[in-house]
Amino acid sequence: MKQAVVHVHRGGPLLALVGNPNCGKTALFNRLTGSHQKVANYAGVTVERKEGKLVTPAGKHLRVLDLPGTYSLNPRSPDEKVTCDVLTGHAEGEKRPDLVVCVVDATNLRRNLRLVLAVKRLGLPCVVALNMTDLAAQSGIRVDGAALSAALDLPVVNTVAVNADGAAALLTLLDRPDTWKRTAPIGAGAPPADTIEADHEAVRRILQGLGLDKAIPHLASDRIDRVVLHPLAGPPLLAVILFLIFQAVFAWAATPMNWIETATEWLGNGVAGLLPPGWLQSLVVDGVIAGAGGVIVFLPQIVILFFFILMLEESGYLPRAAFLLDRLMGGVGLSGRSFIPLLSSFACAIPGIMAARTITNTRDRLVTIMIAPMMTCSARLPVYALLIGAFVPQRTIWGGLELQGMVLFCLYVAGIVGALLVAWLIKRFTARNLMHPLMMELPIYHWPRLRNIAIGLWQRVMIFMKRVGGIILALTVLLWFLASFPAPPAGATGAPIEYSFAGMLGRALAVVFEPIGFNWQISISLVPGLAAREVVVSALGTVYALSATGNDTAGALSPLIAHSWSLATGLALLAWFVFAPQCLATLATVRRETGGWKMPLVMAAYLFALAYLASFITYHLALAAGWG
Amino acid sequence: MTLTLDQLPDRQACTVTQVAPPANAPEWHEWLEEIGFLPGERVMVMARALPGGDPLVVRIGSSTFALRRVEAACVQVATEHRAADGAAA
Repeated sequence: MKQAVVHVHRGGPLLALVGNPNCGKTALFNRLTGSHQKVANYAGVTVERKEGKLVTPAGKHLRVLDLPGTYSLNPRSPDEKVTCDVLTGHAEGEKRPDLVVCVVDATNLRRNLRLVLAVKRLGLPCVVALNMTDLAAQSGIRVDGAALSAALDLPVVNTVAVNADGAAALLTLLDRPDTWKRTAPIGAGAPPADTIEADHEAVRRILQGLGLDKAIPHLASDRIDRVVLHPLAGPPLLAVILFLIFQAVFAWAATPMNWIETATEWLGNGVAGLLPPGWLQSLVVDGVIAGAGGVIVFLPQIVILFFFILMLEESGYLPRAAFLLDRLMGGVGLSGRSFIPLLSSFACAIPGIMAARTITNTRDRLVTIMIAPMMTCSARLPVYALLIGAFVPQRTIWGGLELQGMVLFCLYVAGIVGALLVAWLIKRFTARNLMHPLMMELPIYHWPRLRNIAIGLWQRVMIFMKRVGGIILALTVLLWFLASFPAPPAGATGAPIEYSFAGMLGRALAVVFEPIGFNWQISISLVPGLAAREVVVSALGTVYALSATGNDTAGALSPLIAHSWSLATGLALLAWFVFAPQCLATLATVRRETGGWKMPLVMAAYLFALAYLASFITYHLALAAGWG
Repeated sequence: MTLTLDQLPDRQACTVTQVAPPANAPEWHEWLEEIGFLPGERVMVMARALPGGDPLVVRIGSSTFALRRVEAACVQVATEHRAADGAAA
């Protein structure tokens, strides 16, 4: 696989951070560069190469590379291969680092130091950052840095990546010229396998010399795991956690969503009063304000969903969830490892598909990529929220559960069941005696750091707002144009949009979508939805605003569609979006990750077929039930 | 008969003696060693999933890993009474 070449900062010596997964490497990278990266607590989150800039106290400018975490220099997955390629100078478009900082988890020296020995053999100048020394001290491990330095024959500094002054000692060390001198001759790539045991012996001797050769029990983590991983209590706990998240997405978001709706309406009316009636007023009020406002209103729900995903990631619960689901995943021919990419896909399929790089088995990786778009991404949330708000009555059922939240939960479940069925079918057809390795680390629990959650949320909000301001706004304006021109002929009786390009296109598409209950307004809205799914909402906003013969333009979309669609149509559209062909950005990512057009084309075709089938069945069942 | 990790009762501390991968996955030898399953390391099963006790949660050295039962069956172990007393505390 080709890695995108990113040179954020040209020139300057190159410093690379290397370490085991979960050693706090990315947190240290954030400290050093001040760049806002995502820090997570499960193995393999750092799937992309991340670069930053650093200025030492003496004014030296350095480029810093955050390499994917790895247990050894024998790569077993694409992301580990990146690390090895960079360190051996084989990475495309990246020079060999001038200095390697080996980040070592002080609570787990035994395993971490083996990687240090392997990196040292490569002959690059090397420094050891002894990270998480605060956590080590809490469990009674005191590491003598000077003695470790003498034993390894490498400079060792203490760092606490989560503290503000945690990286100071490392920065000071970087200013000393002898840090950058090569000490050993350059070795030839990855060491042969039999050195693992030799390195293990060497590490054992070093730890014995430091008086650290006893295994330390992690009591607090183990106590939590007794409940979380309990064979009977664990799975229901996972179900409850996931269910509560979806309840919260609806219940907590209601108030801020009302504020945004009110503000949009106020803005639309205000601007309509300022501008003279005509095409400009229509563009600003119907196109820009109704379109963008219709999407921004879902920001609170997206923030809440991401808040929970980040909390689970940060705390270390995610790999436990993967453990609990391993059997289920095994039943459809995958492993628990596929769970983390699939869970990321609930936020967005693109990071999910990229996270599949951490899956060792090629077939498992491909299947995970193919079913990832069926996980309900946050871009579909606005569409679900709109339709549920319009068609599902707001009331509580047994014991304070929101009916609307229940329906949302069911839609998420439908996507998951669909994905598992597809994986199972693929297993039936590609069933060979394959071994699916799990071998997944369960890191020690951490209290989620507010700073990391805040950074992660802020990044998500910015990504969403940029999409609203960029592609969503552009498509909305384009759609407004298509829906407004050509102007209706003199003496026309219907709404102007019926005579426009959009009206013609919509009617042509409606031939295809009529059997599943979609009218021409929905059909035309699905087209810009290919670029970004939430655009469907703003597109409906624009189409209906322009369809209105009266003057209720900036009014809320929800009551409008509740009034003009049958329940059967609403349900069919919900079913469509469970499987809906994914956005173009997802297809582009699949092409990049699989190295060809075959997989993205297969994916688009099968998801389209599934969505059509699901809508068809839903629509006709609903008609039969008398909800037409 | 050789004792393997998957046959151990929960929370009984043992020592790894050897890693013997299945014939169709020889690379597991290296992979298991890299994450810490090396001769002489202390190992213990912490928990098992239901149904069927697969996968397992395993403490190796000072790390915790989730292993499938077939993976755990590659790890040959010897019981160690002194360590068992310490783990019960």
